Amino acid sequence: MKNTYDLIIVGGGPAGLAAAIAAYDCGVTDILILEREDRPGGILNQCIHNGFGLTRFKESLTGPEYAGRFIAEAAKRNIPLSAGTTVLSISPKKEVTAINDRDGIFTVQAKAVILAMGCRERSRGALNIPGTRPAGIYSAGTAQKYVNCKGYLPGKDVVILGSGDIGLIMARRMTLEGAKVHAVCEIMPYSSGLRRNIEQCLHDFNIPLYLNHTITKIEGKDRVTGVVVSEVDEQKKPIAGTEMHFDCDTVLFSVGLIPENELTQEAGIALSPRTKGAIVRQNRETSVHGIFACGNVLQVHDLVDFVSEESEIAGKYAAEYILKGEVPFDDIPVSHSGNINYVLPQVINRNIGGNVKFFFRVSNTFRNCVFRVRSGNKLLCEKKKRIAVPGEMETLLVPAAKIADVTEPIEITLEVQPNE
Amino acid sequence: MNRELTCIECPMGCLITVEGEDTLTVRGNRCPRGAIYAKNEVTCPRRVVTSTVRLQDGRMLPVKTNQPVRKSEMFAVIEKINALHPAAPVHCGDILLYNIDEDAALVACDNIE
Ligand SMILES: Cc1cc2nc3c(=O)[nH]c(=O)nc-3n(C[C@H](O)[C@H](O)[C@H](O)COP(=O)(O)OP(=O)(O)OC[C@H]3O[C@@H](n4cnc5c(N)ncnc54)[C@H](O)[C@@H]3O)c2cc1C
Ligand code: SF4
Repeated sequence: MKNTYDLIIVGGGPAGLAAAIAAYDCGVTDILILEREDRPGGILNQCIHNGFGLTRFKESLTGPEYAGRFIAEAAKRNIPLSAGTTVLSISPKKEVTAINDRDGIFTVQAKAVILAMGCRERSRGALNIPGTRPAGIYSAGTAQKYVNCKGYLPGKDVVILGSGDIGLIMARRMTLEGAKVHAVCEIMPYSSGLRRNIEQCLHDFNIPLYLNHTITKIEGKDRVTGVVVSEVDEQKKPIAGTEMHFDCDTVLFSVGLIPENELTQEAGIALSPRTKGAIVRQNRETSVHGIFACGNVLQVHDLVDFVSEESEIAGKYAAEYILKGEVPFDDIPVSHSGNINYVLPQVINRNIGGNVKFFFRVSNTFRNCVFRVRSGNKLLCEKKKRIAVPGEMETLLVPAAKIADVTEPIEITLEVQPNE
Repeated sequence: MNRELTCIECPMGCLITVEGEDTLTVRGNRCPRGAIYAKNEVTCPRRVVTSTVRLQDGRMLPVKTNQPVRKSEMFAVIEKINALHPAAPVHCGDILLYNIDEDAALVACDNIE
């Protein structure tokens, strides 16, 4: 291992791989990817279902196939990847300290760093469900790893809390492997999963989805024996008298993902309270010059195609930073109306040219709505939408010419159109 | 008879209406894939099945059917998949079983050396 690299990438999932390939193709070849697991591919290695790559490759690939294409592209360019290597800290001066069983603890100096650590699941600890803590309780992602990577079915009778995509995918997966999924409970009035997953993972197998419901009690001493599920009111409080009982030996939690940002925080990078990821400019540069971020560590994506697209932006601009030097910040903030949960990028640096694609999520289900991007009283872009749901990321593309002469803060709004 | 469907072919998840008995008209699809999906769905619904097989050495290999199989046969397909135990090395795209349901074959989705 050398002591210095032009570009160090933390994480060898789809984000890290796409960023590395893009940076390489822009002329930076002295790259090192550091990956904690024993192989690249990230979370896609356990996502064996299909539906990946429709935007990018115009075919429906499984997770491992999608990752495989990027692993092959990185290998073609001989981009080195150090597997089994966990990054422990990153300094604002871009010194990266990591550990593995070949080199022990070591520090390498980079000219630029790309953060691509992905996200992890929220744990049950944060949920405060009364009852015992018996065996048989897993996060949906952990169950996915057991079933798909280890070939071990964690239980036979299952109740799933949360209707995120991973929970829906696991409902189908465990059903196909012989388990009975009795219910999927969602505390919100809508599912955060994609409609296609509700259709093909629940409806195909007659698995009931209870909206506005949550698990209010987990029973069992050594192993889960059952759960109580209750309807909730508008304040998310359980409604007495609505209790349903299910016998089950397994409870899966699919209650959302949070970007993995301990390293980012320690590097002194400003985080967004909304996305829990770094605040970035349109080139995916964080508040520290030369440190970029992309993929799920920045915002929780539901489509890996968007992860690849975003990571190529980070890779390209990290290469420009290395080859041409720092671009000073001349920042215009981006805000949004209350019915939008977050917008990324959060800042536009006016010294960077090019089109800007905004990614955002709405806070509820809206029909016949229109999204607008404004700067002061100038309209930069607008887009009509028949239906917008929180589970699906929205995008708006503002052409370079419109961004170039922006002087006032940018706001993204959602307005519901009166029925025609 | 009208049928309302959610297209599962891509993340747009178009809400599609299928009308008619013999000649079917399809509305609401934003692309031609949706029309094909909707017509299949009301005549003979089909799904791609993805799963894993355990290799002889115990490692797990992700697999998929290379085309959608009849929805009614999904569990039979899984049974055939679970009976397979190929030996490494396997490569992405290798065919592990022909005619797992009608013309569909089972293919490997990863490289395991
Ligand atoms: C359990 C789970 C299931 C998912 N299922 C789906 C799905 O079905 N469909 C879908 O489209 N999306 C799914 N996603 C979202 C999916 O993660 C993204 O589409 C995509 O994989 C994100 O890519 P990424 O590279 O940003 O993150 P990841 O794929 O998570 O890759 C991050 C990589 O960084 C490595 N890493 C983290 N910290 C360190 C460190 N300190 N040092 C070194 N390496 C580190 C990790 O080991 C990992 O390999 C799922 C996510 C999770 C968590
Ligand atoms: S009709 Fe076309 S655009 Fe709509 S969900 Fe189906 S495949 Fe996607």
